[in-house]
Amino acid sequence: MCLGIPGKVVETYVEHDVLMGRVEFGGIFKRVCLEHTPEVRVDDYVLVHVGFALSRIDEVEAKRVFEFLQGMNQLEDLEVRSP
Amino acid sequence: MKFLDEYRDQAATQQLAAAIARIVTQPWTIMEVCGGQTHSIVKYGIDRILPREIELVHGPGCPVCVTALEMIDRAHAIAARPEVIFCSFGDMLRVPGSRGDLLGLKAQGSDVRIVYSPLDALNLAAANPARQVVFFAIGFETTAPPNAMAVWQAKKRGLTNFSVLVSHVLVPPAMNAILAAPGNRVRGFLGPGHVCTVVGYSEYEPIARRFHVPIVVTGFEPLDLLEGLLRTIQQLEQGRAEVENQYSRSVRPEGNRASRTLIEEVFEVCDRKWRGIGMIPESGYQLRPSYREYDAERRFSVNEISTNESPVCISGEILKGLKKPHHCPAFGRTCTPQNPLGATMVSSEGACAAYYAYGRHLEASPEGLATDREDVISLIPGGEGTLR
Amino acid sequence: MTARDPVIDGELLGVCPLPQSHYDRVVLGHGGGGLLTAELIQRLFVPAFGNEVLAALEDQATLRVGGDNGVKAPRIAFTTDSFVVRPLFFPGGDIGRLAIHGTVNDLAVGGAQPLFLSAAFILEEGMPLSDLKRIVASMRAACDDAGVAIVTGDTKVVDRGKGDQVFITTTGIGLVPEGRSLSIRAARPGDCILVSGTIGDHGIAIMSVREGLEFETVLESDSAPLTDLVRLMLESCPSIRAMRDPTRGGVSSALNELAGASRMGVVLNESSIPVRAEVRGACEMLGLDPLYVANEGKLIAVVPRQDAERLVAVMRTHPLGHQASLIGEVVAAHPGMVTMKSRIGGERIVALLSGEQLPRIC
Repeated sequence: MCLGIPGKVVETYVEHDVLMGRVEFGGIFKRVCLEHTPEVRVDDYVLVHVGFALSRIDEVEAKRVFEFLQGMNQLEDLEVRSP
Repeated sequence: MKFLDEYRDQAATQQLAAAIARIVTQPWTIMEVCGGQTHSIVKYGIDRILPREIELVHGPGCPVCVTALEMIDRAHAIAARPEVIFCSFGDMLRVPGSRGDLLGLKAQGSDVRIVYSPLDALNLAAANPARQVVFFAIGFETTAPPNAMAVWQAKKRGLTNFSVLVSHVLVPPAMNAILAAPGNRVRGFLGPGHVCTVVGYSEYEPIARRFHVPIVVTGFEPLDLLEGLLRTIQQLEQGRAEVENQYSRSVRPEGNRASRTLIEEVFEVCDRKWRGIGMIPESGYQLRPSYREYDAERRFSVNEISTNESPVCISGEILKGLKKPHHCPAFGRTCTPQNPLGATMVSSEGACAAYYAYGRHLEASPEGLATDREDVISLIPGGEGTLR
Repeated sequence: MTARDPVIDGELLGVCPLPQSHYDRVVLGHGGGGLLTAELIQRLFVPAFGNEVLAALEDQATLRVGGDNGVKAPRIAFTTDSFVVRPLFFPGGDIGRLAIHGTVNDLAVGGAQPLFLSAAFILEEGMPLSDLKRIVASMRAACDDAGVAIVTGDTKVVDRGKGDQVFITTTGIGLVPEGRSLSIRAARPGDCILVSGTIGDHGIAIMSVREGLEFETVLESDSAPLTDLVRLMLESCPSIRAMRDPTRGGVSSALNELAGASRMGVVLNESSIPVRAEVRGACEMLGLDPLYVANEGKLIAVVPRQDAERLVAVMRTHPLGHQASLIGEVVAAHPGMVTMKSRIGGERIVALLSGEQLPRIC
């Protein structure tokens, strides 16, 4: 069950004792339940599924695959250059 | 869009595909569990940029597809009641029961509504105190937190006109069933990224050990899928069988603690029947006794359901990864999205539906379109088709 | 289209190889602009009304009426449309404005100068007259803007509960200049396909105010009369083969119709297709594909390759064309089929939508 997309938290508030937020998806704003991601702050990104934040997106981890690819690139360059 | 577009970068995907090609030395069959992953693979043609040795088979990760026929029929019976506002996710509307679908019921005057979130259904209950609002709570573990939250809030706010028809299914028992089935060819798994975001991935370690299969928890964008595949194949080539986490920007080993706590509070594990597969013990969730008053099955006693499944459909074999949609004689002919015969065609996430949506039933060869498209693409001025 | 044998229904006069849908009642999908709609038209309406003009299934019918003593009668373009949009009032327009633009555009993309419209109203008992007044005022403004007049009409009222406040049916007539002949059948391999601007705006605007799917961002419908843009395009580029306004079923439906009728293939380039960021965000969120979402102020045009760049430049000088883009081309390969080269380089088929596009969860 899968359709989770990343959105940026622009506001948080409490409604019916539940932590809620306004989250932005490329210019669209939607109300999302943040009750299970209480650590988020404004400008953090969350993964949202059916109006519910499942996790906070870790920016450091998000870069990992690109660093790996860059490393691969450099390795290829080295291989090409070595005699 | 941040955290989305970067993972669809063409150069990066090509790099990863090339890296895979460099390390493969023998054929491997790998299964992606999630319907969303299947959808992405077919949409971007990822299976077609992999070396021929790698075969991707599609798993039963489409909760809409695997919802038991009896449950669908029960949903229809409840939706037909005049006092009920029946709320459901969009893709459930076209799932065929034994006699028609929810869309057909709506055409006959039943109050069937699409909601984006279970919390929207809860708000409907608050706004319509004289009506019974029923939410069709299906899904894998991913949807359990929002569904649990809806029930928990209903109890807290005293919304007695709200109830849920629960048909949750769990991934690990399904993986066990697939791996234990005779004829299984799956040697490695792309694990379900959003399921693991919620519940973590410790449950997959015993599976990896017992069946000696690598399991790499993977995301949904092309880059995620290719990186997940690279890491799975690396393990296979090295003879390892471990659980790894590719989707670490979202998945933590312990998952989301608050979600797990709420799920524990509201749901308990039960046996579940999977459409196309059969009964898998301890593979579902049901409401705990303290929340049973919100169970729509109890609230609306539904008479004995007699089900009627198509004999032609091979969904079961597709869900277990034993066959592909184009192996089915009915695919794209008597079985189409507007006339689905079985589980895997009913939802946009099912393998048959994904294949159909991206036109594979129209292709002369299941291997793909003519590969020599360079002549055509280059004719578009600017090469990219944009004029600046 | 493939080597496999189609399943043929003996009763049919049409040639649709797909099996019959199993519905014995009308369902929402029949109005979606996709396969179910096409089936209903091909299997019910076309055989029943049986004539060549209808069977051509262009957006409008071009007819010669009268003519005597060796003088050719002028060609009249004739079209009809019904409007059932909910909600009645939405960001960027209302059902009335949509009705005028929709009919005017059907005429315009056929190369006609829209002139006169009729408007028939089916009103539900209990509908506030103030709403009706607002809609009618909006229609008048849209007519003035588009240079057309409503010259005849009808009003009916149905019992409360038997009609959703108001349905509007408009019919339009226009004149097609001598020598002008636009048809989707004229497309040739090598022709380029253009779109006049961003896609999916209208459908997402409507969805954004529908119950259960509200966004906070105000997304406006792109509803607009295209007559002036079309005039500019045809004046600077008489070689345009055909145009279509991609309403229900989106750009995909319009291009699949084009491919089917012309028996040509179409190849699109995903990265060239202009989509507003908000529309993209909404589509990602709902699991929708902008190619299948309705537009009400856009057109697609098929033009010979050598004129394509120049035409795009001309379109971009017009307020309704400032994001005009070249999005694909007509090919001889895979006749009747639309394919798309994706962002990551793979190619896939853009199939005709089967029914109503429903938001996904997965």
